[in-house]
Amino acid sequence: MKRELTCIGCPLGCALTVEIDNSGDIQVTGYTCARGKDYAIKEVTCPTRIVTSTVPVDGGMISRVSVKTEHDIPKDKIFDVMDEIRRTAVNAPVRIGDTVIEDCAGTGISVIATKNVESV
Amino acid sequence: MLYHDIVIIGGGPAGLAAAAAAKEAGISDILILERDEMLGGILNQCIHNGFGLHTFKEELTGPEYAQRYIDRVLEEKISYRLHSMVIDISRDRQVTYISREEGLVRLQAGAVILAMGCRERPRGALNIPGYRPAGIYSAGTAQRLMNIEGYMVGKEVVVLGSGDIGLIMARRMTLEGAVVKLVAELMPYSGGLKRNIVQCLDDYGIPLKLSHTVVDIHGKERVTGVTIAQVGADRKPVPGTEEYYSCDTLLLSCGLIPENELSRQAGLEMDRITSGPVVGDDLETSVEGVFACGNVLHVHDLVDYVSEEAARAGRQAARFVREPRKKEKKQEAILKAENGVRYTIPQHLNVDRMDDQIVVRFRVDNIYQNKSVVVYFDGKETMRRKKRILAPGEMEQITLKKSGFSDCPDVKEIRICLED
Repeated sequence: MKRELTCIGCPLGCALTVEIDNSGDIQVTGYTCARGKDYAIKEVTCPTRIVTSTVPVDGGMISRVSVKTEHDIPKDKIFDVMDEIRRTAVNAPVRIGDTVIEDCAGTGISVIATKNVESV
Repeated sequence: MLYHDIVIIGGGPAGLAAAAAAKEAGISDILILERDEMLGGILNQCIHNGFGLHTFKEELTGPEYAQRYIDRVLEEKISYRLHSMVIDISRDRQVTYISREEGLVRLQAGAVILAMGCRERPRGALNIPGYRPAGIYSAGTAQRLMNIEGYMVGKEVVVLGSGDIGLIMARRMTLEGAVVKLVAELMPYSGGLKRNIVQCLDDYGIPLKLSHTVVDIHGKERVTGVTIAQVGADRKPVPGTEEYYSCDTLLLSCGLIPENELSRQAGLEMDRITSGPVVGDDLETSVEGVFACGNVLHVHDLVDYVSEEAARAGRQAARFVREPRKKEKKQEAILKAENGVRYTIPQHLNVDRMDDQIVVRFRVDNIYQNKSVVVYFDGKETMRRKKRILAPGEMEQITLKKSGFSDCPDVKEIRICLED
């Protein structure tokens, strides 16, 4: 398997090529520093992302509260996580760090609030 | 007349950090004036993560980053007024604001810190032909509508401009179920961070077309589509390259402009390149006791640098309040940006009075590889820093030490330029 990536380590944006042979050995070319190689390996073996969004708040000073996954989640779970976030609402007050969804979409990772919302 | 030692205009990241630093420097009579309904400024709508890596060594979302500073302001009992819009600053530091609760208020400030931030370049400044239907938003307006008000602004989207807000919004709208058809960028390179191009576009298969622009907007009531064309080296559309994209929404992410109506009204000397005030190493503008920091001074790439700069402005304003002084007659050293360097902040420097070291920030005018940033004091080379890459989207900085001036205290010109 061969994949082309752009390194995100710095504005240079090296064009990385990753080749994985049948025995699972990973060959990275195109990087110009160690960060590039590490990034490429992580991206092809277990790419993860933090997902951020908002959910409605009932009885709050403002109508929505921003949220994020507490840790990064597997990249292929992003839309599953979003589906669950979209079905969620909370009641005021909300504090930064409050759990909004436990174990979101079976990832084992919680979605937490990233803003304080006081009650009306 | 009401008096406050320091009046800060704007309660966003710059205003909050300036307030906290001024308080730490021993001034307690501080007032922050904010026109919105909450402190935190633009960070409130920047719900994505990636803020604070420099300041807090962790990745925070915008609201979390803002709250760290809001908490400090609350703990220090620094006073602030919301829904309060400053309409005038005079050269003798009288600040006039209006608010629903108080009406028109005029107060005298010992020092003023300008922290009004910036705003987006609107459609009118872009000269895009076509109708004026609904569905055309600046990316930041769409961001506010979605993330704060909770309105989905469209279902089929084209983004013009690849600045970070445009990239972030391309992802945000995709996550909320919209189809983002493409991001078109006039320049041959993106002004956005590489990380945003990968994680906001590549992750979702959104194409980025460099050297492309919108040449027509279709639709009478609501946008029905846009015509995109390739541009040549002169940035003019190339005939025959037009392509039609159907969409109901066009987002514009075409640059930020420091919001300096008040500064101009007050007669501050302005920099043509930054569109912000001209400042010295203490971030004081051409008007005594009026300081500037954050995006109103020059558009920053990272909020961490805004906080750092604003803290400096807060400390200097505190110093001004404690030790009032007249502007010194001594000729200050002028910083000159040349050969690929577009501007510098500060624009001038007082060798006698300067801190032990000052950070000079600047941006370059193109993408450069393997160039050196070179500093000349009155024509004599004093510093050379090799850079593998320089990009217009990223702020650069060099540090000038006071000790570096020991054998040239009367330097008149500090030239910063790029060389091979």
